[in-house]
Amino acid sequence: MRFERREHRPLYLLIVTPVIAVIAALALAGILISIAGAPVLDAYWRILTGAFGSRLSVTETLTRATPLMLTGLAAAVAFRARLWNIGAEGQFYLGAIAVAAASSKLLGNLPAPILIPLLLLIGAIAGMVLILVPLWLRLRFSVDEVVTSLLLNFIAVLFVSMLIDGVLKDPLAFGWPQSQSVSDHAMLPKLIARSRLHIGFAIAIALALVVHLVQSRTVFGMQSRAAGLNPAGAVFAGVPLGRTLVKVACLSGGLAGLAGAIEVMGVKGYVTTDLSPGFGYAGIVVAMLANLNPLGVVFAAIFTATMFVGADGMSRGLGIPTYIADVTVALSLLTMLIALFFTQYRIRR
Amino acid sequence: MMQLFDIIASAGLWAAILRIATPLIFGTLGALLCERAGVLNLGIEGIMTFGAMIGWISVYHGADLWTGLLIAAIAGGVFGLLHAGLTVTLGLSQHVAGLGVTLFASSFSYYVFRLIVPLANTPPTIVPFQPIAIPGLSTLPFIGPAFFTQTAPTYLAILIALLMAYIIFRTPVGLAIRMTGENPHAAEAQGVNPMKVRYGAVVAGSALMGMGGAFLTLSAFNSFFPTMVQGRGWICIALVVFASWRPGRALFGALLFAFFDAFQLRLQTVLSGLVPYQLFLMTPYILSIAALAVMARRARVPQALMQPYRRGER
Repeated sequence: MRFERREHRPLYLLIVTPVIAVIAALALAGILISIAGAPVLDAYWRILTGAFGSRLSVTETLTRATPLMLTGLAAAVAFRARLWNIGAEGQFYLGAIAVAAASSKLLGNLPAPILIPLLLLIGAIAGMVLILVPLWLRLRFSVDEVVTSLLLNFIAVLFVSMLIDGVLKDPLAFGWPQSQSVSDHAMLPKLIARSRLHIGFAIAIALALVVHLVQSRTVFGMQSRAAGLNPAGAVFAGVPLGRTLVKVACLSGGLAGLAGAIEVMGVKGYVTTDLSPGFGYAGIVVAMLANLNPLGVVFAAIFTATMFVGADGMSRGLGIPTYIADVTVALSLLTMLIALFFTQYRIRR
Repeated sequence: MMQLFDIIASAGLWAAILRIATPLIFGTLGALLCERAGVLNLGIEGIMTFGAMIGWISVYHGADLWTGLLIAAIAGGVFGLLHAGLTVTLGLSQHVAGLGVTLFASSFSYYVFRLIVPLANTPPTIVPFQPIAIPGLSTLPFIGPAFFTQTAPTYLAILIALLMAYIIFRTPVGLAIRMTGENPHAAEAQGVNPMKVRYGAVVAGSALMGMGGAFLTLSAFNSFFPTMVQGRGWICIALVVFASWRPGRALFGALLFAFFDAFQLRLQTVLSGLVPYQLFLMTPYILSIAALAVMARRARVPQALMQPYRRGER
């Protein structure tokens, strides 16, 4: 048995692939659910109704999808240029803490129309700063950025922990390590009244569109793709590789930092070290499920959020550990990798 | 100043160094073996987590400690098989496949653990490996309590490091592994099957990673908790570069790293209140990044690392 590269990829295959991958992952996770002694179809029905069964659950799912869209975009733009930014988790936290610091100490009294965009910008810049470290190490010392960006996640969370235990600690939090709250008028307006869904969701979708246009219509988009497909060829064709990677990194880190800023300003209002249940890592899966397509990220993020929100209800009802959501999401990354392979190769005997 | 001296002069520090180094030695050797054959295995963090979990669960359910360690090694090997399937057979991006394995293995570990041990206020415990005093040597002043009263897996880790150095540089198998990592096409021309070598190296390396994880629950601690691997896998990947892909230096690197880690733990108690403890906790990660920056250029990377091998396709 051997694999033969396909001459061209039919379009239908690219659309069907993610669906097949997700179904395969759900089937595999179904085995685990039945091992736990629960009826599989009932479990999936509960996940679906848990995530979309009521007005409240729909808005919760979309609220949960918002940071996933942004971290997913962060991974997608970087991976496309073959910049392995695995540091979205740390960039998320740095964006979050930057917002908490800026809003409570420095700028809290500015009017909302100025304050909110300014804080979002600050969050994005904080994310950019963090990704520049692994990028610099790669360009200067040719250190693989996977490990450095990953290790920086641990450093960033400890740094946040230090701040919310120290200078940024909320004195009114009964000794809990928690940052001071951002001022009321720094909170993002709600998208739907009496829910937690905020305009960050709309911002995330708009950014997916913008990133799509940038990647498909601009010179920078073309250059970043060339850098990923064939770095040596790109240099030969006159693509400034270093400069392109810096831009890609800033875009990627900025999106991840923005995710943290939006989560603080949209949902929590303050920072703790469990602000993110792994949004940065889940963003990698979201990007892969979307086949690194910015518009696909929107749907992949909603799928992932569905699993996480829905699993809570199912877990309570059937006594299955909620980690089944993480397992399913990780499994769908693996099945998607395999499915993508078969869009490029066919089996020959 | 005197306090610093006291820390370094205490046998407790040196005993702790070997303890802290052990999971790193297992993990670094495992990652090193994979990379020598040309496969980057970023599944390590997840594989260590799974090894820690499955080793603990086995012992919790009545297996003896050595069986627990063996089961962790086999489970690690199974994940290695998965990684090899994705990267060697299918030739997928080793970065992405490894991250996929890590995400799956860690979430699967938490799932299985919670399935078997539902939420309890105090985590259940087992009786871990006990230190073995090596007759004669353990009574030596200072060196004895530090180096010759460790638990059995620590001695095993050091033994494996020496054995691996011998295999890689002195045996035909080692030559085949090195050739596959440098130039699989040339290896094939010499009658070596690069696919088989890569499968073997990844499975065996992942088994070592599983044992490294199991050391955490079966020797260093006596219970399992999620996130207990805490980036040790990624640190091992950095240590491989630091060791320049040589088992002897991997042993040295892990010990050096453990020295700084054990030292900062003790420094913390001296400086508590003066410096936020988080700064100390950051040091292992900062050290790893620094080690990478210093060594990355000087290191001799296996030339075919991360390059999929397909017959008749270059």
